[in-house]
Amino acid sequence: MTDALLEINHLGVRFGAVQALSDVSFRVEAGTIHGLIGPNGAGKTTAFNVISGLARQTSGQIRLAGVTLDQLPSYRRTRLGLARTFQNIRIFREMSVLENVLTGAHVQTGGSALDILLRLPRFRAAEREGVARARDILQLVGLESRAESGAGDLAYGDMRRLEIARALASNPKLLMLDEPAAGMNPSETQALRDLLLVLKKRGVTLLLVEHDMQFVMQLCEEITVLNFGALIAQGSPQEVRRDPQVIEAYLGTKTAHKLEQKS
Amino acid sequence: MSAFFANLLFTYQSLIYGLGINAILGLSMYVVLAIGQLSLGQAAFMGVGAYASSLLSVKLGLSFPVVLVAAAGVPAMLALLVSVPTLRLSGVYLAIATIGLGEVLRLFYVNWDYAGGALGLSGIPDRGGFFTIFGTLALLLAAAFAVGRSRIGRAMEAIREDEQAAGVMGIDVPRYKLAALVISAAIAGIAGAYNAHVTAFIAPGDYAFDNAVTILSYALLGGIGSPLGPVFGAFLLTALPELLRPLHDYRLVLNGLIIVSVVIFMPRGLFSWHMRRIGAAK
Repeated sequence: MTDALLEINHLGVRFGAVQALSDVSFRVEAGTIHGLIGPNGAGKTTAFNVISGLARQTSGQIRLAGVTLDQLPSYRRTRLGLARTFQNIRIFREMSVLENVLTGAHVQTGGSALDILLRLPRFRAAEREGVARARDILQLVGLESRAESGAGDLAYGDMRRLEIARALASNPKLLMLDEPAAGMNPSETQALRDLLLVLKKRGVTLLLVEHDMQFVMQLCEEITVLNFGALIAQGSPQEVRRDPQVIEAYLGTKTAHKLEQKS
Repeated sequence: MSAFFANLLFTYQSLIYGLGINAILGLSMYVVLAIGQLSLGQAAFMGVGAYASSLLSVKLGLSFPVVLVAAAGVPAMLALLVSVPTLRLSGVYLAIATIGLGEVLRLFYVNWDYAGGALGLSGIPDRGGFFTIFGTLALLLAAAFAVGRSRIGRAMEAIREDEQAAGVMGIDVPRYKLAALVISAAIAGIAGAYNAHVTAFIAPGDYAFDNAVTILSYALLGGIGSPLGPVFGAFLLTALPELLRPLHDYRLVLNGLIIVSVVIFMPRGLFSWHMRRIGAAK
């Protein structure tokens, strides 16, 4: 066994009569960019929600860096090094951009209630340090000039970048991105790709759900494919691309057969 | 100057005390609303503070500082007990549960002969006064600003906007909600003690549903962008009936009209300024 950062073992999720995930196992190796793909309703977002603690599995285990996450509330998972963004952007719209990133750094920010009430130098130093760090992160994602803007006033692509910045502020080992390129134009997508590569270089492991296949195939070293809540393939982009089950899931049986006959 | 001030205080004493006490109640409401919880129990917590402090003053003759500790502590303990079953509730469900709390307590006072029963408790000694009330208000406002402009204030705003996302930020949401309810109860309890000790008389009906709604309207009118909103709202709603006195019979009509207009046309309150939630500039 190598040192997988995230281990999903026989994960099953049932919502009433719907089996959203059944017996899904995969491992995300530290330092890699790992893709989680599949057609609509395949269970990708459910998997994200269960891993981040917003939904509970009915069976199976999740381990992050060797620690079992199964019954932990989401805030404890964040403290263990997990961070995520949401498919439908969920930034804090009534706070400024800078305040959003500082909120993401909640766990990192020091200062007891007494320090805060008395505004002790210790508290003020921690705030200044937090602001400096938040500005660095904003620079990294290219939002430094919008630091004082209201988060709700940002353009769509900027909101997505802010959500990534906010997630980065908690200093995660594993960053999970739910459709980060959705709704972005080609140049924004290119900038996002560069950003994710920088993050990888800095040692952040990335797990991403994405519908833009070109984006996924270019970035990811390992891809896990889900369909109807079950795992149908995993491997390198080349392996996955050739997998008949994957082709069938994405293109439908008829088209897949035609392709087969041609080749 | 001081003679003028003394004269003014004497003439408008109950109004001036009312401004300060209601502003403190507005702050107690702010503490729960700022975290996205809707409590209609602030009047009930005020009542517990009023009864606890009055009983200690009247029956045991304890000194005012000691009485104040009980006025904050007893409602805080009650809030702690209440939050065990209600912590999972939010929005209108918590509001309904806290209305229930107010009713239960009212009936309890009515049937509690030691505390005067339905007749209420009278002969409460005159304590506190202008500087105590407004000093407390200033202190609480400063504290609310200090906390608001820190990681705690950011966490509260995050919970108010999106509980799940706040949890994903590493914020222990249930703990924050619990702390907010307990602290708001303590603040309301202190306001209750001040009120009881300047009016000399309290009765079970003083802390019922209509009072809970009045306290909520301080915050709705003023807005919750900063702690100043509810304070401002409390000042206005307390002073308005007096300012409109020249209108005689139409006074309450215009009073109501003003409140309704603000809710419709200024849904964020009259004082919609948002405080910056960062404690030290770079």
